Amino acid sequence: MNFLHVAIMIPFLFAVMVPIFRKVLPRIHTGWLVLPAPAVLFAYLISLIPAEEAVSASLPWMPSLGVNFDVYADGLGLLFALLITAIGTLVILYSTFYLDRDKEKLGHFYVYLMLFMGAMLGLVLSDNLMVLYGFWELTSISSFLLIAFWQEREKSRYGAMKSMVITVFGGLAMFAGFLMLYAMTDTFSIRELIELAPTIMNEEMFLPAMLLVLLGAFTKSAQFPFHIWLPDAMEAPTPVSAYLHSATMVKAGIYLVARMSPVFSIGELWMWLVTGFGLFTLIYASFRAMKQIDLKAMLAFSTISQLGLIMSLLGLGSAASFYAGTDQAAFYSKATMAAIFHLVNHAIFKGALFMAAGIVDHETGTRDIRKLGGLMSVMPITFTVTMIGTFSMAGLPPFNGFLSKEMFFTSVLNIRDSDLLGEAVWGALIPLVAWVASVFTFVYSMLFVFRTFAGKRQPEKLKKQPHEAPLGMLLPPVALASLAIVFGLFPNLLSYTLIEPAMAAVHPSLLTPGQQFMVSIHLWHGFTPELFMTMGVAAVGILLFRLHGKTAALNAPLFERVSLNRSYDSGLKGLDRLSGALTKLYMTGSLRQYLIYIFVFLIAALGATLYGEGALLIDTTGYAEMSFYEAVIIFALILSTIAVPFATSRLMAIILTGVAGYMVSLFFVIFRAPDLALTQMIVETVSVALFLLCFYHLPKLKKEVVKLPLKLWNLLIAVGVGAVMTVVALSASGSPSFESISHYFLENSYTLAGGKNVVNVILVDFRGFDTMLEIVVLGIASLGIYALIRIKLKGDDEEAKLPA
Amino acid sequence: MELYMSLAIGVLFTVGVYLILSKSLLRIILGTSFLTHGVHLLLLTMSRLKTGAAPLLGEKADAYVDPLPQALILTSIVISFGVTSFFFVLAYKAYQKLGTDDMEQLKGEDAHE
Repeated sequence: MNFLHVAIMIPFLFAVMVPIFRKVLPRIHTGWLVLPAPAVLFAYLISLIPAEEAVSASLPWMPSLGVNFDVYADGLGLLFALLITAIGTLVILYSTFYLDRDKEKLGHFYVYLMLFMGAMLGLVLSDNLMVLYGFWELTSISSFLLIAFWQEREKSRYGAMKSMVITVFGGLAMFAGFLMLYAMTDTFSIRELIELAPTIMNEEMFLPAMLLVLLGAFTKSAQFPFHIWLPDAMEAPTPVSAYLHSATMVKAGIYLVARMSPVFSIGELWMWLVTGFGLFTLIYASFRAMKQIDLKAMLAFSTISQLGLIMSLLGLGSAASFYAGTDQAAFYSKATMAAIFHLVNHAIFKGALFMAAGIVDHETGTRDIRKLGGLMSVMPITFTVTMIGTFSMAGLPPFNGFLSKEMFFTSVLNIRDSDLLGEAVWGALIPLVAWVASVFTFVYSMLFVFRTFAGKRQPEKLKKQPHEAPLGMLLPPVALASLAIVFGLFPNLLSYTLIEPAMAAVHPSLLTPGQQFMVSIHLWHGFTPELFMTMGVAAVGILLFRLHGKTAALNAPLFERVSLNRSYDSGLKGLDRLSGALTKLYMTGSLRQYLIYIFVFLIAALGATLYGEGALLIDTTGYAEMSFYEAVIIFALILSTIAVPFATSRLMAIILTGVAGYMVSLFFVIFRAPDLALTQMIVETVSVALFLLCFYHLPKLKKEVVKLPLKLWNLLIAVGVGAVMTVVALSASGSPSFESISHYFLENSYTLAGGKNVVNVILVDFRGFDTMLEIVVLGIASLGIYALIRIKLKGDDEEAKLPA
Repeated sequence: MELYMSLAIGVLFTVGVYLILSKSLLRIILGTSFLTHGVHLLLLTMSRLKTGAAPLLGEKADAYVDPLPQALILTSIVISFGVTSFFFVLAYKAYQKLGTDDMEQLKGEDAHE
């Protein structure tokens, strides 16, 4: 137990207390009451930064399963935890102004939000894979609840459902990957896994484990083609979008990739997959973002593309692990540095932009950029914030995005030197893709800010008279925008405190003890190729921005016909319809059909087993002789049995059944079972009497009007069952068996129980329990019959008259 | 003898299953009683037939037939009698209420749609 455990639990504690707050202090906006939680946590986490040694603590949970609540705050975990608490504080502050105290269900909102915050903190600070997985799913669930916060809206429910399906799908895949890792290494601890990584590299399950873990990371972090849930998740309240879908939850996948990188990056495939998916997502989503007309949709695609950027940088950075111990390692690990730096930057400017978009929505009543325009003079502060955010996103100096973009270019240029790339083509393609994606990013960033704030005002299209937001709502985005400038001008504020330890966590193998990464980022780094690339981006970007709106290719939605969303929807619908059709196919409601399934299965299973095991041993030695009487009885039994299906009158059928029963009791006589013969005789008599009693009330036995093929099928199945049972009987009585236990009953029936009729002694003495329960069965049956006859339900009277 | 008994058991099962697969409720109940007979004879046959005297110690025989399967069958006869008579009354009641004993007519008409 450590304060870190308490820290993770604090949000959950607040989640429990929110309903109490609502009850006790209904006049105060709940947001103010939960605000201390992230603020205090942030202050605590800041205090952990200077520590040389990472804080770690263990709390036994299920020690026998190797599942312990182990927390571990190294550079990477701490970085994420700081982001979560810092942006959490600002988002809660923002939400107190954004959400109306009386109109919204604030209690629900803050419970979900606190649950999410706790889950996210737990996720990034856990050392145990199973605990990590638990928190991972908790983020999915709380995010589901938050997206569907306005659950009366159809689109909210759709978006929540979609994100749930996709992220839980990935989560389960990840869970399977974790179990494989456990199977290989026998530990759930991430730190131990990293140490054991080289030993499992050649194991069979290494590759599947890697792919499954990546699947989890890609679905959570909205990488192509699993990005489709994120734009639909924009139906959530804006504080949720700002918090979950820009700064925290979507980075859980990034966290996972960074965290597992030391385990998996020894395989070359890891680097290729992470880089490849990241780059493709980057360019695809940045292209799509240009085409959006809704501010939040634009931000959603922008988030996807930036996540792709970070992902690809992590992939490129993992190349360093092939050069451990050489200077090249530091060279390639610059990509990791860029990834971590951009991670922070993105959280900052994207949070600010979401909040700004929320303000615009709140104050004008729309997020459609076709209706907006000319808000610059009305909302100067929001405009400034948006401009800083978008310029940072586009990678313009002097904001922090510029630095991370430069480092991104450095990394993609560096990778060309790597001998991992088989052909020079790839080496040239990667920087090209990165550059084109940056142009797209530039264009949508400019669209975002200038379409909203510049140009002509269109008051007739707006529901409200736009005006500047209240100060409290502006404070969080202003704080974030200031950070964007501060980290742009003084990037080294971050480098010693956060980036170096985080890099050490991602690349543990590159450091010798006592060594640390030397990170220094400068705003001005000379006339490098990267700088010219950025200039090119700006030049082409401005050109494209001018052309945008005039060129249909840039404007019109792409892939009208084939879209991933449509295939997701039709896929779900198709699955639904398919399972419905399948169920309808075999669940027909007809008893005969179900019986056929059962009998066919019986024939198949028994037949296959008998055949496969070679159980058919007909050994006639020891068989009893057959006398003339027995032959007559058998003949009579078979004859009366076979005659029943042919009987045309029900009386005939009943009598023939009775005959068969009496033949059975004759068998009991012959085979020396007097008690059975007596009982069988009585039971048969009573049964036939009962049959005949009800006889008059039952309908006439109609001749079965069944088509011939159906009849033949019935016959085939019946003969099949009969044949199988014959074979079973033969092989059971023919195979060598061990001696019966009955000699005990025969020897002790008189001495122990004082009875000479052994069967009766067994029934009431040796095995009296059977008899007792059989009496119970009879009792229940008779009570049931009594109840059935006497019971009068509603509407019984008129229907009872039916059969005269 | 066991060979012929096995064949007879097979016939009982065949007819029982055939009757159960038919549409009329009455035939289905008759089918179950044939299955019951088949099972009882199977139990008896599997313990070997005619290996001695009836299990009554008063007989003072050298060998007796196995009494255990007989006890089991006796229990089973009583239970199946209870179940059959319940089925019977159920069929009677169902016919009274629903006016048919045709299984195809008794099946629910797509209740879940």
